[in-house]
This record gives sequence, structure tokens and C-alpha cells, in this order.
Amino acid sequence: MSALGESPLLPAGGARVRAVNDEFHGDLLEVSMGPHHPSTHGVFRMVATLDGERIVKLKPVFGYLHRNHEKIGESTTYLSSMPYTDRLDYLNSMTNNWAYALAVEKLAGLPVPERAEYLRVILAELSRLQNHICLAGFLLQDTGASGTPLMYAFREREKILGLFESLSGSRMMCNYQRFGGCRVDAPPDWILRARQLVDGFGAFLDEFEELVTGNEIVMARTQGIGVLTAAAAVSAGVTGPMLRAAGVGYDIRKVDGYGLYPRFSFRVPIGAHGDTYDRYMIRILEMRESISILQQALRDIPEGPIMDPKAKIRGFRPKPGEAYGRIEGPKGEIGFYLISDGTPNPYRYRVRPPSFVNLTVLEDLCLGHTIADSVVVLGSIDIVLGEVDR
Amino acid sequence: MIETLESLSQRILTRFPGAEVLVVPNPAPAAQHSLLLGAGQARAIAEFLRDDGALKLDLCSNVTGVDWPEKVIVETAKSSVSDPAGGPDKVVEVKTERRQPGCLEVVYHLYSVSLKHGPLVIRMRTADRAAGVTLPSLTPVWRAAEFQEREVFDLFGVVFEGHPDLRRILMWDGFKDHPMRKDYVEPEDYEWEPTPHGDLLAKVKLMHPDPAAAASPPAGGAKP
Repeated sequence: MSALGESPLLPAGGARVRAVNDEFHGDLLEVSMGPHHPSTHGVFRMVATLDGERIVKLKPVFGYLHRNHEKIGESTTYLSSMPYTDRLDYLNSMTNNWAYALAVEKLAGLPVPERAEYLRVILAELSRLQNHICLAGFLLQDTGASGTPLMYAFREREKILGLFESLSGSRMMCNYQRFGGCRVDAPPDWILRARQLVDGFGAFLDEFEELVTGNEIVMARTQGIGVLTAAAAVSAGVTGPMLRAAGVGYDIRKVDGYGLYPRFSFRVPIGAHGDTYDRYMIRILEMRESISILQQALRDIPEGPIMDPKAKIRGFRPKPGEAYGRIEGPKGEIGFYLISDGTPNPYRYRVRPPSFVNLTVLEDLCLGHTIADSVVVLGSIDIVLGEVDR
Repeated sequence: MIETLESLSQRILTRFPGAEVLVVPNPAPAAQHSLLLGAGQARAIAEFLRDDGALKLDLCSNVTGVDWPEKVIVETAKSSVSDPAGGPDKVVEVKTERRQPGCLEVVYHLYSVSLKHGPLVIRMRTADRAAGVTLPSLTPVWRAAEFQEREVFDLFGVVFEGHPDLRRILMWDGFKDHPMRKDYVEPEDYEWEPTPHGDLLAKVKLMHPDPAAAASPPAGGAKP
């Protein structure tokens, strides 16, 4: 390669860490990780420029799963977009459904019955549990703890997916929420089963944490890796557990108070260092808070209708206008921006995907670390490509 | 929000005299009205919104584009014309066509993490949909706009001036059109790409300028 100044790998202003080209440092090497690589959690590619083993530049490349979800949303009716939202973040179809239903309810001004609101909270928190436990399992898989923790996590996740299946008919593609309520009511034994699962989840978390949280190798691989400062996180629009791990107490459940969240008492855990270990730990603590919310909700859930009797399922046409609705999804702020022109289809249908925006800081987190650490950092961001690419 | 958009736009106007600020009402029940900013001072106003003590809109949550194609609005005006023969008056309908020029719009949803309020919706409009599609990038103000503005550039074709890395993000680099525009027509085979096979065919054409002559069987030759 020619002198470093003319290197095509390092354009002016490209990387903050400058590589030195002397007898100790060789040429820069460009490595393309992905799109088919088990550690990239989907069809995602990182083009990393390496100086030895250190990353001096990293560009995320995506779009391999792009199917123009928003264009599909504009060409179908409001209701027929609901099953498509399952496919965004396919781990959390329940929260995607809720965010979309919330945006449409804001657009059309629809009330939601109390029991439906309770069901929404219960399902969203169950969804958060299975998302976070999955993330913890995958993160450990990325650090090299091959298999066992992931299988433990998946065992618990299967139980939650079983609950989803018995309620909505599908494990992952639930298509459960409707504008102004939910699709089917939960039978009494479902509530009982959910209560049993939630009561046993804390013990599982204790066991999981005993195995993992204090593990020396996990700490060595994650502490001090990929530090995100609070100012950088807010400026880059990072939301969700990643933002809270950076020490910013911003939880949309508290800030917006949507649904029935003001009724429940729960705490918002905040990280102190903003590193990968904090991002892992925040998820564990959030699961503990979710258990507390679930216990309150499953105790207090009232009887009653699950759909507003005046809600229109067929021939639904909101009046012209626009609305942006957002909720605290397990990955961060998931929002829907809708413009209605009075026709049955939305004029504009926009998804604000949390993991897409959270990826903005990937390069910053990885600079100066080794290529093996970039895998762990990416795992701690918690991306789902169905949502990033849309 | 702490203050109404009217008082906020007044404050912006006193701070930036001559700036174009317009309140766009939203008739939906959510009543999320928005501020339409002129492209000229948009970045300075955005910095003001981020740094002002009462607003502190430090989280740029959502950035997106909206395509408004050119519309022909037909207006009918009825007028009565008296009949010269003395009969009853005739009602004549006069149709006038008015062209509403199209534009591309970029919408930003701003929240405040430190003061926990929002959203404030700001929007900018391009001059037209063909040549004047340049708008100032707000990525220097909120880094959160970096990927989302790239997406708007990719799918709508808005060119953001001052964006650090304006490339396509979801479509591939060689792609020509902007798929989220309302008048986008899907090509017949959009996965076509020049392959070595295509080069080979070009070479064959060079060697055999007339493919019909090259393919035709020799005179009196083999059976079809």
C-alpha cells in the first residue's frame, strides 16, 4: 500500500484514531464481517478497518432485508398493516402492535377499555422479559460462553412464547392488538398460568445471575468495553436500555405515562459506566422491575370488555391529520408516524425503529477495541435486522 | 409542551428577524401541531431549540420525509347567464384548474430528555421535486439525524447540505430512483446487473455483427 496519507482506507475525517505506519505497525486491513456471520444477529455487515487487531474505522452496512415496509403500509389499509408490524422486530411483535395501535388511536382519538390496557401492559412486559433474557443469552454466546446460557434463556423464553401462542394463536407473529382494544380476551386460566410463570421467573433470574453476572471472564470481556457517555447517547438519539446504561434516566413509560403505567410502581435502573457490562446489567435489572409490574397487573386486572364497542374494524377511515405515537419497546423508543388524508390507506406510514437509530453509535463504541470486542458491543446494542432494514 | 407554538414562533422571530416560521395546524385529536421552517435559517433555529433553557430539545427522535406530488385542483364556479331570448337564466359552470406545486417535506420530532417534554414537530419543505431538493442537514445539531437523513435521501431524494456522510443506506449504491416517492414505478427487473455473461454477449456481438446470419444454419445443412 502507498503512504498512509493517500490510503483509500482512511479518508480525511473518517476515523478518529489515526494509525501509525512504522516498523511496528503494518498496513491497514479492511475486514468485511457479514452479512452472513453468526455474530451479526442477522444479515448485517460491518466493514472494519484494522490496524493489527485494533479497529480504526468501522462502517455498518445494512439493507439486505429491506422490503420497503413503509411503502407496503401506504398501499394497504390501516388494519392490514398490523400483521406486517409483527415482522419489524420479530422478537417483540406485541410491543410493535401496541406502538402501531397507539399511533392510530392518537390519530383517530379512540378510547381503550381498561381490561385491554391491562392486557397490553402484561403482554408488553412479558415481551420485555423474553427479549432481555434472549439478549443476555446471545451476549454471552458472543463472549464465547457457547451454548449453555443461551439454552437456559431460550428455555424460559419458550414458556413466554407458549403464553403468547395460547392467547393469540402464534408464538412470534402475534397480530394481537386492535385499534381501540385487543383481538381476543384472555381466559381466566391464562391469567393463572401467566401468574405462575411470573412468580417463577425471579428464581430463574437468580440462578442465571449466579452463573453469569459475577463470572470473571464475562467481566473481563465486557467491563470498560464500548463506553458510551450520556451526552453522546442523547445526541445520537439512543433510547431504551442503552440510554439508561449510559446514565440517563429516560424511560418513556415514566415520561409519557402511556397506557396504565402511571398506576404501577416500578423503578428505572440507571447505569454508572455506560460500558457493555452496564448494558447487560441494566437488562437484568429491568427484568426484575418487569416482574414487579407484571405481578401488580396480574393481581389488579379487572373484568370487562376488551374492545371499545364503538370502534370500527372494517371501513376504518380516520379524519385528515397526523400523529406520532411512541412507546418504550424492549429495544428503545419504537414510534409510528402516520398521516391520514381521509382515505382507508394511510398517506404516510413511518416506523421509527429503535435499533436502527441505536446503531448510529456503533463506530464510536468500537473504535480502539479489538475486532473480537466489536462482536460483543454489537450484541449489547441489541439489533434486529427486520426492524433496521424494514 | 410548555409554551404554545404561536408564542414560540414569536420568540424565534424576535431572535432571528426575517426567518420564515409558520405554524402548521394538525386537525387530528392528538393536535401535534408543527412549525414549518424556511431552509435559510433552519440550522440556526434548530440550534436555538436545542440550547434554549426553556426548551432544551436535545433528543431528535424521529426524522422522516413526506412526498407531496404536484396536484391539479379543479375548482368549479357557477354563474348564471341571462338568456338573450328571454327564457330563464342559464347556470354555467366554469371549471378552473389550479396547479398546486409539489414538494418534498422533511419532518423532525423533537423531545427533551432533560426537561422530559415533547414532541415539538418541525418540518422543512424543498422548493420542488426535481432540481431544488436541497435542504440544510440537521445532523450537526442532532447526531440522531445521521442515519435517518441518509434514509430520507435514499428513499425520497432530498439532498442534505452539510451532512457528513450522505450515501444510500437501504438501497444499494448503484440504485437510481427513490422508491418512497408517490410516482415511483418499480422497474421490471430491478435485480438486473451487468454480469460477465453480459460482457461476453457484447464480445460475441463484436465478432458477429449480424446475429441472424451467425445463427442461421449453413446452406443445405442440418435438419432443424
